[in-house]
Amino acid sequence: MSGKAAILMEDIKKTYDMGETQIFALKGVSLNIQEGEMVAIMGSSGSGKSTLLNLIGCLDRPTGGTYYLDGENVSDLDKDQLAAIRNKRLGFVFQGFNLLGRVSVLANVQLPLVYAGTGKKEMEDRAKEALAWVGLASYTRHYPSQMSGGQQQRVAIARALVNNPSLILADEPTGALDSKTSIEIISVIQRLNIEKGITVVMVTHEKDIALYCRRLINLKDGRIIGDEPVLNRRDAARDLSLLAEERGAAS
Amino acid sequence: MNFTNNYEVALNGIKANKMRSSLTMLGIIIGVAAVIIMISVGQGASKRISDQISSMGSNLLMIYSGSSGGPMRGASGSVNSLTLDDAEAIGELDQVANSVPELSTSGNVQYGNQTWTSTVDGTTPEMQEIKQWTLSSGSYFSDEDVTNVSMVAVIGSTVAENLFSSGTDPVGQSITINKLTFKVVGVLNSKGAAMMGQDQDDIIYVPITTVQLRMVGSKYVRTINVQAASENSMSYVQSNVEELLRQRHRISDTEEDDFNVRNLTSVLEAMETATGTMTMLLASVAAVSLLVGGIGIMNIMLVSVTERTREIGLRMAVGATESNILNQFLVESLVLCLAGGVLGILTGVVGAKLISKFAGWNTYITMYSILLSAGFSAVIGVFFGYYPAKKAAGLDPIEALRFEK
Repeated sequence: MSGKAAILMEDIKKTYDMGETQIFALKGVSLNIQEGEMVAIMGSSGSGKSTLLNLIGCLDRPTGGTYYLDGENVSDLDKDQLAAIRNKRLGFVFQGFNLLGRVSVLANVQLPLVYAGTGKKEMEDRAKEALAWVGLASYTRHYPSQMSGGQQQRVAIARALVNNPSLILADEPTGALDSKTSIEIISVIQRLNIEKGITVVMVTHEKDIALYCRRLINLKDGRIIGDEPVLNRRDAARDLSLLAEERGAAS
Repeated sequence: MNFTNNYEVALNGIKANKMRSSLTMLGIIIGVAAVIIMISVGQGASKRISDQISSMGSNLLMIYSGSSGGPMRGASGSVNSLTLDDAEAIGELDQVANSVPELSTSGNVQYGNQTWTSTVDGTTPEMQEIKQWTLSSGSYFSDEDVTNVSMVAVIGSTVAENLFSSGTDPVGQSITINKLTFKVVGVLNSKGAAMMGQDQDDIIYVPITTVQLRMVGSKYVRTINVQAASENSMSYVQSNVEELLRQRHRISDTEEDDFNVRNLTSVLEAMETATGTMTMLLASVAAVSLLVGGIGIMNIMLVSVTERTREIGLRMAVGATESNILNQFLVESLVLCLAGGVLGILTGVVGAKLISKFAGWNTYITMYSILLSAGFSAVIGVFFGYYPAKKAAGLDPIEALRFEK
């Protein structure tokens, strides 16, 4: 493969100590994800896919192996250093959106910048820019509870991209959405990848959703059992217009 | 992350739960207000007592005739034993600043068609110094007046008000006391009520010789007020006075004294100590309510941390460090406590004023009680906020994000 490695993992292990017994969540995973890739990680529950995503996302540290993020070894960093990396280089999108219900949409999107120490004016400008990019420019003063699930997830995506990350991690981003909204969200994520060149790693258990990615990694019992490019990659924008045509024809 | 951001995040947390925040604050408000009110009531009482001490005269020993023990003892003053010479002899003793004999009687006072009944107190001019009287007009009578058995009087402000109309200056006027004519030479400034409620201004001072010879017909005095030169010399003076009087009255070692010496200052000082103890007691009861308020803060902060576990997880995921989270919750409880503290101080000051107005108690608000409770509420904010904040900061972001309410 050509290009620079965004994620380079060598023999990553993660063991959870549960008193008497040990749980081997990851039993030696090696992984190379290039900049600008869009990768789906699939696997049944207990396969270790969430653990892998947490490690990639610097929310956790591996018990063995080495992890280079953008060429920098991050396997031995302390908590504060990991927090700084999450703040500056990573964006997260969750299944349950995880928006703060008590503050406005704008304040939600600004959150990563608060911890980056960005000035007030710049925070607001960048958050508005990010919201406009996901098509919610007019919703700055709304509260999450006033919005649909799809809109909330788009707010979450705006929050993930507000700090100009090089890598966005999505944990079942469409898990709480209906199929049409799922495709809408996937199309926003595809645009992130194509237009902004941001590397995307997505955990999903829906094969349909995984097929929108360029590469599909299969995990089972803490090991990678399949790693292949997606042939006939689906285009969410096109699927959406097809869907609209079908509806038009039906009515 | 700078302080302003942190402060705003914390403030949002408080605003988001207005009802709960204000109830939590109420605990602190009541606690702080209670501390201030209790201390002000206690301080008011002890200030009143110390005012009494200074108006009564400081470093004062009072010698009464009559014995304090033995089978044949009577009430103070029922046996006459003290004389003017005794008072003079005491005045010669080392470390004695003043020795003032006193013999008082009741007097019907008349001026024109106005009459009044008051205490006629026969003393020497040094009484003015001991009681720290100031005069609103005229002057005190002199030693010569005592020697000459002059018919002069210095009247208290209550007497002056009751005998004279507001336009007339009593000085120079003639009044009759028990049908004897006296010339008013001075009017005293008002001192107000004494501790037990007697009106200190309802008094007429005349030379002691005048009372002895013209009014009572006695060569004795009832009391000798002895003022020691300093507080430290009081017990020294007391034992010298006792020794001197036993010698002068020829009392053998086996006999009872025919006088007794009271140290009223020390009685009042004991009362002051008692009030101080009462203040401490009241303040500690109030402090307990402040403590309970603090525990309320801790309780609410713990609930808040649990409730916002996912929020904490999210904040960590987007880059909040442990200290960011710690500060957020610490600032939140600190703001609650300080806001409660400020409101509590206001409530306490207003409450103390209301108490003095409606219950008639003396209250005295000191800066130190305000600073004490403000400081205490800040300490409570940090102390009781720290554990929940530490708990929040110690959360694992993965677990926190997965937390189900």
